[in-house]
Order: sequence, then C-alpha cells, then structure tokens
Amino acid sequence: MPIITMDRVSKAYGALPVLRGCSLVVEKGEVVVVCGPSGSGKSTLIKTVNALEPIQGGRITVDGVALDGPGVNLPQLRARVGMVFQHFELFPHLRVIENLMLAQRKVLGRDGPAALAKGLALLERVGLSAHAKNYPGQLSGGQQQRVAIARALAMDPVVMLFDEPTSALDPEMVSEVLDVMVALARDGMTMMVVTHEMGFARKVSDRVVFMDAGEIVDDAKRDAFFGGQSSDRARQFLSKILAH
Amino acid sequence: MTGFDWGVIERSLPYLFLEGMRFTLTLTVLAALGGVVLGTGLALLRLAGGPVLSRVATGYVNVMRTLPLVLVIFWFYFLVPYVGQWVTGADRPIKVGPFASTLLTFTLFEAAYFSEIIRAGIGAIPRGQMAAGFALGLTYRQAMGSVILPQVFRTMLPVLLTQTIILFQDTSLCYVLSLTDFMGAASKVAQRDGRLVEMYVFAAVVYFAFCFTASQGVKRLQSRIAILR
Repeated sequence: MPIITMDRVSKAYGALPVLRGCSLVVEKGEVVVVCGPSGSGKSTLIKTVNALEPIQGGRITVDGVALDGPGVNLPQLRARVGMVFQHFELFPHLRVIENLMLAQRKVLGRDGPAALAKGLALLERVGLSAHAKNYPGQLSGGQQQRVAIARALAMDPVVMLFDEPTSALDPEMVSEVLDVMVALARDGMTMMVVTHEMGFARKVSDRVVFMDAGEIVDDAKRDAFFGGQSSDRARQFLSKILAH
Repeated sequence: MTGFDWGVIERSLPYLFLEGMRFTLTLTVLAALGGVVLGTGLALLRLAGGPVLSRVATGYVNVMRTLPLVLVIFWFYFLVPYVGQWVTGADRPIKVGPFASTLLTFTLFEAAYFSEIIRAGIGAIPRGQMAAGFALGLTYRQAMGSVILPQVFRTMLPVLLTQTIILFQDTSLCYVLSLTDFMGAASKVAQRDGRLVEMYVFAAVVYFAFCFTASQGVKRLQSRIAILR
C-alpha cells in the first residue's frame, strides 16, 4: 500500500525549474533515502509532500488523499505527516514538553493529561526525559533534534519526513540522532529521508533515490544502488562524498 | 534663591499627582494596550490580509506616521462627534468627552507605530518556525497565535515599552484640549500663581525621573526575558 505517491511533480521559481517531472512511490513501512548534490532539489521535493512547497505540475497523494483534491483539509493532512527539519525548528519560547504537547492539543484535540502522557513517553523513547522542563536553547543540537523527532511522533504520523536532519549538527552529535532514526526504521515507520549519511542509507534504507538538477536520476533498491548498478552521475556523487 | 517660591510645588502636590499624573498614567496605559492590540491587527493585515486589506493597513500606518500628533488630536476632537453622528444616525453631532476623544486619538496614533514594531518582530522570526507549525498541522491562525506572536512579544517587549515611554511624554500634548494631565495641571498652577519657572522646572524633573527610571527598568528586563535560541 503506497503512503506517498508523487506523479510527475514539477516546480519552478520563476523561469528556474527546481523539480522536473519527479515520480516516486513510498510504500508503507519503507525507508527511502533521497540523496544528491546541493541544489539538486531534494529538499524541495520532500517539502512538497506536506505542501510546504506548492507545486505547479503533477500530483501528490499521501495516504490515499490527493493534496490538490477537492475540499482537502491541509492542516489535518499535515498532522499525519511528521517532519523533521535541518535546523530543528523547536519553538524556543516553550519548554521541551510544551513543544511536544502544543499540536497534540490544538490539532488533534487531545486533553492535557493525554498529551502530557504521550509527550513524556516519547521523550523517554528518545532518551530525554530529564529535559522535559528545559527550554530548547538549553539543549545541545543533537538533543534538540531528538526532541524535534519526538514532537513529530507525538502526532502519530503515518509517515516521517526528514530534511537533512544531521546537516546542522556538530559531528559528535550526528550518531545520537541517527540512532533514534534507525530505531524508528526498525520499528516499521515509513520514512523518507533526505540525507548525505550514506552509512544510514546502507544500514536501514530499502531504496535510494538519487537526484540531480531537479530530476530523479536513480530510484533503486539499496543493494543495487550501492552495488554499482546506479547511474554514472550517482557513482560520481558517491565517490565524491565517500572519498575521504 | 530670592524671588522664587518653591513652596508652590509642595502645596500643589496632591493636585499635580492625584489628578494630573493619574490622568497621564491612565491615558498612557490604556492607549498603549489599545495601540498594541490594534497595531498587531494592522501588522497581520499588512502581512497576510490579502491585496486590498494590506494596502488599506499600509495606507493607514503611513498617514498616521506622516501627521504631527497635535494635528491628529485636534482633528479627532472636532471630527469624532460628526463621525459618531453619521454612524449612529443621530440628529446632531454626538457628545464625546475630551478624555474619550484623546484616548481614541492616542490609541489610533500609537497603533501605527506599534504595528511597525510588531511587523519588524514577525520578520525577525526565522521562517522555519512557521513551517514547523504548519508541518504539525497548525492553521495559519494557530501558528501565528501560538508560535510566532508569543516570540514576537517576548523579543519586542523592550521596544514596545520604550515606545510607551515616548507615549507617556506625548500625552502632555493633550493640554491643547485643556485637559488636566500632569503637564496641564502644572501649567494651570503656574498660570494661576504666576510661578512659571518653578512649575516648569518641577514638571521637567518629574518627567525625567519617570522616564529615566522606566528606561532603566526596560534595560534590566531586556536581559531577563531574552529567549535562548
């Protein structure tokens, strides 16, 4: 059962095309890694899934609901799509636990105790129970990103989107975030991950999508992609980022 | 010092403060609160009100900011009764007391300035914050109300308070309507007793003391409420 279906999605900023006819399917329980050089459109692509980036052509369906369908309730749809940003985007004026509770209450209509219980359980899961009452600014980057993952999970999403979740982190904090993501993948969460972390892709992804200049160049099973059955452009890209 | 009678100050203290300063503070606080509410509304209209409403809000802010306050005070004082008549359909211009008219004037005038502060504050919040709100399923209104504006008020509070201190000084202009604010009270005593120097020196000292203390307080507050990012 497909959770995300993208059909010939295209987008341009003025005359500059950023996505050209991108088609992609993410099945339930699949982990799909999207990689490619900077400016290839991968971040834009993942943001079209929950309509943070509007598209000009093509069609996107999430969990059976077309984003451009008649009477589609975008906030309700977005609530079921978790998203983790490169720069965390925790709400700095709210405590960690309040960050996890805000949308549960406002969007899902959960009452205070239920939202609190859910929030605490998820903080436990990402190993940050002790920081519930802290403000995001008091946490390290890695901790903030784990809170951001917990915040997205609090909405019981059907799919999780990760937009370069480790790119803004100091190197020593990358693994704590990746560990949480690996555990999530092992639990069967459907995930679409834009990342340069090829170790993560090798370890847990089912498929790897390679983008260049707004196009999906490769869309291959993990073993095929890393086994050399990818395009020349993808191999060049891999050799560049794996060179050192 | 010969020729001066500083005792006039002591004798008129109850009048100066219980009537004059009380009026000034009431006017300042009410106009600031009203101005912030209206100013926030104007800022939101400019940012997300659609082409027509945002232009109306922009026009309003620009007009208010290009007119001298004293002119606006007169203008409202003489105009509001006619507007009231037109709105309510009464036979004659409705009676609006000078206090109500002044409060309305200052609220509407300050709203233009507060709206610019709020707008700058919204612009200073990273774009990703709104996106994060949307991604969680918040509507524009919810994201603005729960995510953006609370941060804006926190970061801009010192600027809003500084503007309120300016408002506190500007309220003295209501003497043109013969109202008894602190400045008005001081003038009246000065004219009545022929003690212009004493009263105006005292008024200056009081305005300085109030504003200086308040701005020191704002400075201290600034470091205490800063949001850790």
